[in-house]
Amino acid sequence: MSDFEVKAYPELWQALGVDVERFDKARQMLGGAYGRIFKSQANRPAKMAYFDTMIAELFGARIKELVAAKEAGHPVVGTFCVYIPEEIVVAAGGICVGLCGGSPGSIPDAEKILPRNICPMVKSAFGFKAGRICPYFQAVDFVYGETTCDAKKKTWELLDRLVPTHVMEIPQMKRERDRVLWLEEVKDFKAKVEEVSGSRITPEQLAGAIVTINDKRRVLQRLTRLRAANPAPISGRDALLIEQIAFYDDPGRFAAKLNELCDELEERVARGEGAMPKSAVRVMVSGTPMALPNWKIHTLVENADAVIVNEESCIGTRYFKDLITESNRDMEAQLADLTDRYMRIDCSCFTPNDERIDQVLKEFRDSGAQGIIHYSLQFCHTYNIEEIKIREACEREGIPYLAIESDYSQDDVGQLQTRIEAFLEQVRG
Amino acid sequence: MNIGMDLGSRALKMAVFQAGQLIETKLIESGFAPHQLAEAMLRPYSPRQVMATGYGRHLAHKIFAHGVITEIKAHALGVRYFFPEATTILDVGGQDCKVIRLDRQGKVVNFQMNDKCAAGTGRFLEIMAATLGFSLAEFGSQALASSHEAPINSMCTVFAESEVISLKNHGVPAADIARALHLAVVNRLCSMIRHLGEDSQLVFTGGVANNPAIAVLLQEKLGVEVAIPHLPEMTGAIGAALHAYAMDGKPRCD
Repeated sequence: MSDFEVKAYPELWQALGVDVERFDKARQMLGGAYGRIFKSQANRPAKMAYFDTMIAELFGARIKELVAAKEAGHPVVGTFCVYIPEEIVVAAGGICVGLCGGSPGSIPDAEKILPRNICPMVKSAFGFKAGRICPYFQAVDFVYGETTCDAKKKTWELLDRLVPTHVMEIPQMKRERDRVLWLEEVKDFKAKVEEVSGSRITPEQLAGAIVTINDKRRVLQRLTRLRAANPAPISGRDALLIEQIAFYDDPGRFAAKLNELCDELEERVARGEGAMPKSAVRVMVSGTPMALPNWKIHTLVENADAVIVNEESCIGTRYFKDLITESNRDMEAQLADLTDRYMRIDCSCFTPNDERIDQVLKEFRDSGAQGIIHYSLQFCHTYNIEEIKIREACEREGIPYLAIESDYSQDDVGQLQTRIEAFLEQVRG
Repeated sequence: MNIGMDLGSRALKMAVFQAGQLIETKLIESGFAPHQLAEAMLRPYSPRQVMATGYGRHLAHKIFAHGVITEIKAHALGVRYFFPEATTILDVGGQDCKVIRLDRQGKVVNFQMNDKCAAGTGRFLEIMAATLGFSLAEFGSQALASSHEAPINSMCTVFAESEVISLKNHGVPAADIARALHLAVVNRLCSMIRHLGEDSQLVFTGGVANNPAIAVLLQEKLGVEVAIPHLPEMTGAIGAALHAYAMDGKPRCD
């Protein structure tokens, strides 16, 4: 069955200044794609129902929660990057949401202004705001950007004309002086959030928020461990969807619902029941993030009877592999803990970044994958170049490896399908 | 009897095997409804297995083929039929080009494929030949006849065509332009080949292997032996037929 509808809330959208007529077409397309890609799967865990509802209510129930939080004076912050410390927003009683940036539909809006030859995620995100076709963008108090790449940091200057955009400076190296810089940036972020909420964040509030977000990360780690079973108890695309929803949903509710799903997956593993047969080739994806609704690679791989078992990516393990110390009750110490945790993120924007190569190999072993597909968004120079080191490591270790560079368009799916199928033939031997 | 069918962007190729031996090949243009044409090609035969490869493989599987393999695997198998020791393959077809590296046993260990653009493919050569007013056969021989190299900087079909027009209007002889265009393609292919590392021999397949200038220039630029199988455009179909033969009698995995 593939009938699925993302629900329409035209009055809510109208109130937020969304271009309702256009956005409604995008909503219908998203529902159609979701039906084809997700609802048509066999052997889906029953507890995926919650996440289906999250997509059905993506532009309704969740938006209403944002609006209500804002009306109650809580900050609602839009972000694009796993470096933004969401614990601080949660400590202030606010909501942190990942913004839209995963769809080709908004790129023509961006290309009216931005150069064509930059990353599709940056263009897509900018286009959503420029075209007023993302209720999340319309609902946030402000956007927090970062300096992880040139396309982003220069686009934020232009985005600021459309929605207040603050920028955190992400260091490019991991020396002590870079850590000091980052700590100052974290403090500035806290001050900005406090300015919007009108009250100081207490150490108790921050301690609570650290536990809340740690819990969200712990349950995502649990999901990753369960995917290591053979047969995999859940498809890669469902797991990716959950990871994408982690950036939108209320963290407490999300963790509870995902724990329920993990309980079900645990039972499946005990019974030896999989989303796909045990013979399916197990693939790990490494590289750039996949913002909702970018399901391109997962769909191509899994339609070729393989299963994706891990995402070494900002949408995946890079977001949740590290936790924050929970014991401190002193603001300075807490902010230092937070800074230390965020400095461990192994994004390719750092040089050198060799810990990522080790991390890729570790996740390959832990996930029981048989091959790695490196996925890089077009024009993402840092990931595209770091890919060379990942490839060399895979050659050294004898790991079957395929590198893909792609954007959000569908014009290369024929070529990609051939390359992915040939890669799977190579793994099968 | 086992049949391999390669449903390519420009042509449909069929290879017929009887008792493990190649007995017949056929080639027709893909046209608008390639799957109907392919079915018509198959009609006179009663094969035990039909294996499809090429861009149309999945639709062929739905309609008439028993299984599919990718062009990468098909070329690996097809090349090994003629050159049992080959470890590096270059296939240049109508809309893509690929370099395939095999281990000693003939297993694919690595491959490179062009992205979505037609630069460096048969289609590029077709369009450029037409721009110069040559038939495809003349185009290659004219390129070989010239020893002057006019500069062509662009590999984009559209931009290269503008460069050709500009060179024509500067009075550059057509044969020199033909040579430059062939060199532009060869340079691009060489960088793909070098990306997979050194090898002492290159087996060149696909319709473009019939162009004498590309093979000669490749050999010059790479400094390695370039070998071309009998009917290079049939390699994929032959590989698919060999796979069908290997699968014959085994339980179907689809």
